[in-house]
Amino acid sequence: MSRSAAAVIAGVYEHPRREIPDRTVAQLHAEVALGALADAGLSLSDVDAYFCDSADPGLNSLSMSEYLGIRYRYTDNTDTGGSSYLSHVNHAMRAVAAGQCRVALVTMAGRARSERRGPPAGRRNGPEADFENRWGIAATLHNYALVAMRHMHEFGTTSAQLAEIKVAASQHAQHNPHALLRTPVTVQDVLDSPMLSDPLHRLDCCVITDGGGAVVVVSPDVARSLAQPAVKVLGAGEAPKHAGNGAVDLTYTGAVWSGPAAFDEAGVRPADIDYASIYDSFTISVLLALEDLGFCAKGKGGQFVSDGALLAPHGRLPFNTDGGGLCNNHPSNRGGMPKIIEAVRQLRGQAHPAVQVPDCALALVQGTGGRLGTRSGSATLILGAADA
Amino acid sequence: MTEPSVPGPDSFPVTEVADDPATRPFWEGIEAGRLLLERCLGCQAVIWYPRGFCPRCGSTAVEWTEASGRGTVYTYTVARRSFGGWAAAVPYVIAYIELAEGPRVLSNVVGVPPDEVSIGLAVEVVMKAGGGAYWFQPVGARP
Repeated sequence: MSRSAAAVIAGVYEHPRREIPDRTVAQLHAEVALGALADAGLSLSDVDAYFCDSADPGLNSLSMSEYLGIRYRYTDNTDTGGSSYLSHVNHAMRAVAAGQCRVALVTMAGRARSERRGPPAGRRNGPEADFENRWGIAATLHNYALVAMRHMHEFGTTSAQLAEIKVAASQHAQHNPHALLRTPVTVQDVLDSPMLSDPLHRLDCCVITDGGGAVVVVSPDVARSLAQPAVKVLGAGEAPKHAGNGAVDLTYTGAVWSGPAAFDEAGVRPADIDYASIYDSFTISVLLALEDLGFCAKGKGGQFVSDGALLAPHGRLPFNTDGGGLCNNHPSNRGGMPKIIEAVRQLRGQAHPAVQVPDCALALVQGTGGRLGTRSGSATLILGAADA
Repeated sequence: MTEPSVPGPDSFPVTEVADDPATRPFWEGIEAGRLLLERCLGCQAVIWYPRGFCPRCGSTAVEWTEASGRGTVYTYTVARRSFGGWAAAVPYVIAYIELAEGPRVLSNVVGVPPDEVSIGLAVEVVMKAGGGAYWFQPVGARP
């Protein structure tokens, strides 16, 4: 079956370095932009739409497009934390479909590792800040730990089950020469690592890295003349998950809305997915996404991950074959971009041979930005191989 | 053997609140030892966090009512490593408290060793002048 797509991904590039003190963030944007365009066989002058998040230097796409020498017809600075770039692909796909542009560039870059001892970039506080920031949620970890504790209470999920997610990611990362952590770990290694914020251990957390990545989304007629196999953007969805006027329910994420929207648009079901890139800021982030996207029933995520389901190439749902945020890369604490890129590698057949899913035709990319314990943005993409 | 550490607000950093007319009565209430909640006069919803209008029905007719100060722990974590001004306060307990009036609000559980906190634990609010926040302790615990 050959599905039609309004737009395709023609180029991707993931910055190969994990600590980059010798570049500005703007320079990193330029490096990944040029990398993705080279991958596509296009140049900056071909770009007529540009996307970046609102954390980027200066006035976001206004400053960055000037810096990159791009004259765009369409732009978007949607910022939903680490899931922003999936939203950008969604918006790029729709802009291409509507004839608003033909070549859209999405860039992401930052230096969370080099700058972790420096002052964080100042951001205007939201109206909720005074009711959330005075009780020592000093790290994202503390926020997600609240989610994990409730999941364990309601569903009997165990630390050993969460550890299986890290174990699978580490098995994949050993094949990625760029991964920050390349040594496989065991469930016991995770449980023996320091308890940082109950019930999350150090090895339940993702890495902190510099870096970035970029995606080029083009119209199908542009793709026909390009060298790389086209990766179709078949469906997309996005949704916020709020605290809901005090009605906080930490057992689910916005993927309960963004997932079905993406599946419906693509005309596929969870059982059809060959590979999944799932945002893995923490092990618990993956568990909730698996449940919310319908890969298993709510509350059964712990069982799902315990039978090797996530292991490539032959698990039920091979995930994060680059090692994910848990082991490979979480550039500037925004992991959505590498998620898209590894899914493209899988659909092109260009993942590492040890983790390449055979005949990979359909991939899901799940982004979760912000903080699951308070408010988060969810974005889901369904991508298809050229002949899918 | 040493006694387990019992976190208390004396070791917590104080954070300034923004000067916001919509939330000023709430923080003045905390200073005076009263936990105030906004309630919508249109749809009767309890509003959390306070914002001067009802996010449920859009009404701007809201009033302040004093909460019971009672609740239960909805979820929690024991921060065993932290950062900035909180680094020296570990271990401390961050929790969502489900107030008797409904909203689940972020706070700390104090006055009890962290390992004795559990989901469902009955708690009551504690405040102190100049503390810049409110915390919860097990019902009946000594302040």
